[in-house]
Amino acid sequence: MDMRAFKSEKTNVEEADRSIYDVKDKVHPSFEVQSGLTEEIVNQISDEKNDPPWMRTFRMKSLQIYNSISAPNWGPSLDDLHMENIVTYVRPDTTMRGKWSEVPDDIKNTFERLGIPQAERKSLAGVGAQYDSEVVYHNISAIAASQGVVYTDMESALTGPYEKMVRKHFMKLVPPSDHKFAALHGAVWSGGSFVYVPPGVSVEIPLQSYFRLNAPGAGQFEHTLIIVDKGAYLHFIEGCSAPKYSVNNLHAGCVELFVGEGARLRYSTIENWSKNMYNLNTKRARVEKDGTIEWVSGSFGSHISYLYPMSILQGERSRMEFTGITFAGGGQNLDTGAKVVHAAPHTTSHISTKSISRDGGISTFRSSVKVTPDAVGSKSSVSCESLMLDDQSRSDTIPAMDIQCDEADVGHEAKIGRISEQAIFYLMSRGISEEDARAFIVGGFAEPVAKELPLEYAVEMNNLIHLEMKGSIG
Amino acid sequence: MGSTLLEIEDLGVSVEDHVILDGVNLKINKGEIHVLMGPNGTGKSTLVSSIMGDPRYEITKGKILFKDKDITDEKTDVRARSGIFLSFQTPEEIPGITLENFLRTAKGAVEGRPPKILAFRKELKAQMEALDMDPTYAERYLNVGFSGGEKKKAEILQLLMLQPRLALLDETDSGLDVDAVRTVSKGISAYHNQKNAVLIITHSAKILEGLDIDYVHVLEGGHIVKTGGRELSSEIIRSGFNSIEKGADGHESL
Repeated sequence: MDMRAFKSEKTNVEEADRSIYDVKDKVHPSFEVQSGLTEEIVNQISDEKNDPPWMRTFRMKSLQIYNSISAPNWGPSLDDLHMENIVTYVRPDTTMRGKWSEVPDDIKNTFERLGIPQAERKSLAGVGAQYDSEVVYHNISAIAASQGVVYTDMESALTGPYEKMVRKHFMKLVPPSDHKFAALHGAVWSGGSFVYVPPGVSVEIPLQSYFRLNAPGAGQFEHTLIIVDKGAYLHFIEGCSAPKYSVNNLHAGCVELFVGEGARLRYSTIENWSKNMYNLNTKRARVEKDGTIEWVSGSFGSHISYLYPMSILQGERSRMEFTGITFAGGGQNLDTGAKVVHAAPHTTSHISTKSISRDGGISTFRSSVKVTPDAVGSKSSVSCESLMLDDQSRSDTIPAMDIQCDEADVGHEAKIGRISEQAIFYLMSRGISEEDARAFIVGGFAEPVAKELPLEYAVEMNNLIHLEMKGSIG
Repeated sequence: MGSTLLEIEDLGVSVEDHVILDGVNLKINKGEIHVLMGPNGTGKSTLVSSIMGDPRYEITKGKILFKDKDITDEKTDVRARSGIFLSFQTPEEIPGITLENFLRTAKGAVEGRPPKILAFRKELKAQMEALDMDPTYAERYLNVGFSGGEKKKAEILQLLMLQPRLALLDETDSGLDVDAVRTVSKGISAYHNQKNAVLIITHSAKILEGLDIDYVHVLEGGHIVKTGGRELSSEIIRSGFNSIEKGADGHESL
């Protein structure tokens, strides 16, 4: 039976409601390199950034690797991503500020529209804001600073007192040889944050970085390096957005997280890139004895995503928890998931994800669990639930397991469902409109993830779901 | 507007070209309690679901008037906002939405503005207490993991919180133990007044005890074959549907 009695207007979400993300600032960078990728361009970036010699060499080696390996062919198509059109480095017309009032007005307005740094005043220990290729603002609360917490942009870290620490860790977890876009990152990376939390320090309120890509046809290649020393605790939040242009944009960031013995790191992301973004991002954590990594990940935007945060449980009894949600609408092909390597005895991993696809969107969940022969007594559980909102949409689950240890407990569960028309009828029978009823059910499906997010982000996620669901009836 | 709340004229309903109701006439006035009985599979649930606008059912003829307005083609949420409520035989489970959050949204929808939070909480607490419901259920996801009895109580809780004009109760007593049926029946009494009306589908007498029944209808073969007072329900419960004398158009289907 069709829904004879129901007719509703279709609204164009992209034009009507993404407006706060879609406001474009007039582009007047102080410097940008030519599009495409050559030795000359990479050298130019090194010059511009005053790289130490080892970093200049590192970039060149990465470029060679980039040129020698091919793009992945097992996921969503990258045929329309033309590197010769991507500008790898765009420096905004400002230098980094430690005071919000000194950030240029147009850039400041952009971040204020997005709710930053009101959030800092309310509930954060520190905020970084990156605009195109460079960090324009970085601030850390006096309390966190007095505890010895370091939170700065990568460039400052590279030339300051932490250079040795940076050099020791930079792209050691994600080497440029990992895949083509890791190599690209190694060659042209710019911006991002460096965080160091000293032993035993618990940072009570979260640190946040916000990445905004404004220039059309640009790439963003920020590097995030976080080291949480023995017994310390940190919650780090990352937010991303960009306005939509007619040309494709590329994001190939890299996140490396080092969790020390008995330490705990929570890493939350809400990604809301524009719908023409190629989001080819690599995130990886290494966890020492008794340490914990917790990932919370929401993927809403981008045209194509490849995103599989990986955790290497290196020390005995180390743990990882991954909670993720992916929402793929029309024109989106989001390939997301999580990977874990159990490399020590009694390690634990728990992966729980939800995906929603609608209006022809494609959502693919990949998980990879590897248990080495040493990982005696380890436990892993993977659960994936998908909700398809119509017949045009797709949802796939691709689990991979490599269990080399007999004494390990590994489980996998996948469910794919649709919204039941009876449930819609039930909610409507209580006076709730059909559109709200659908959004309600989808919101309920996402709730286990929402409750893991910081409040402002949970609210933002709910708004995004309502926004995505608008005009879902026709 | 007179005292009539619901008026059904010559209603025909099909599902996938299979005729279920064929010429139902029914009138319910303010202040009345009606009981709808009939053998299994004769379309009692179809009738109340059609009044609520269930999109699975196709209306092939006739019309449904509510408060003198033709609602035959109205959407379900519009009907709900104009004052119709259906207590489901099998209430849906909605993960991720708490009972309290759901009720607050629904109340805001039917009343046209969001309820005041403190007053709402107080009312919710009082109504749950009256229904012998564990207050922690307010924080649980709607009907998820509720027992059959708890689901039915949650339906009556919604009835009491939303205060519709017409309550359609589809076998709200089925699957309940004796005490729970009594609690549900008390809830219906508490709800009922001279401004609203109730239509109860049931197979048993227990839920009707303590209620002031005005009419009992028997649905068979797609239409109402007999209407009487409370004594008709007693006769059916005692001796079955075969024992009663039916109207001229009654089908001898059993």
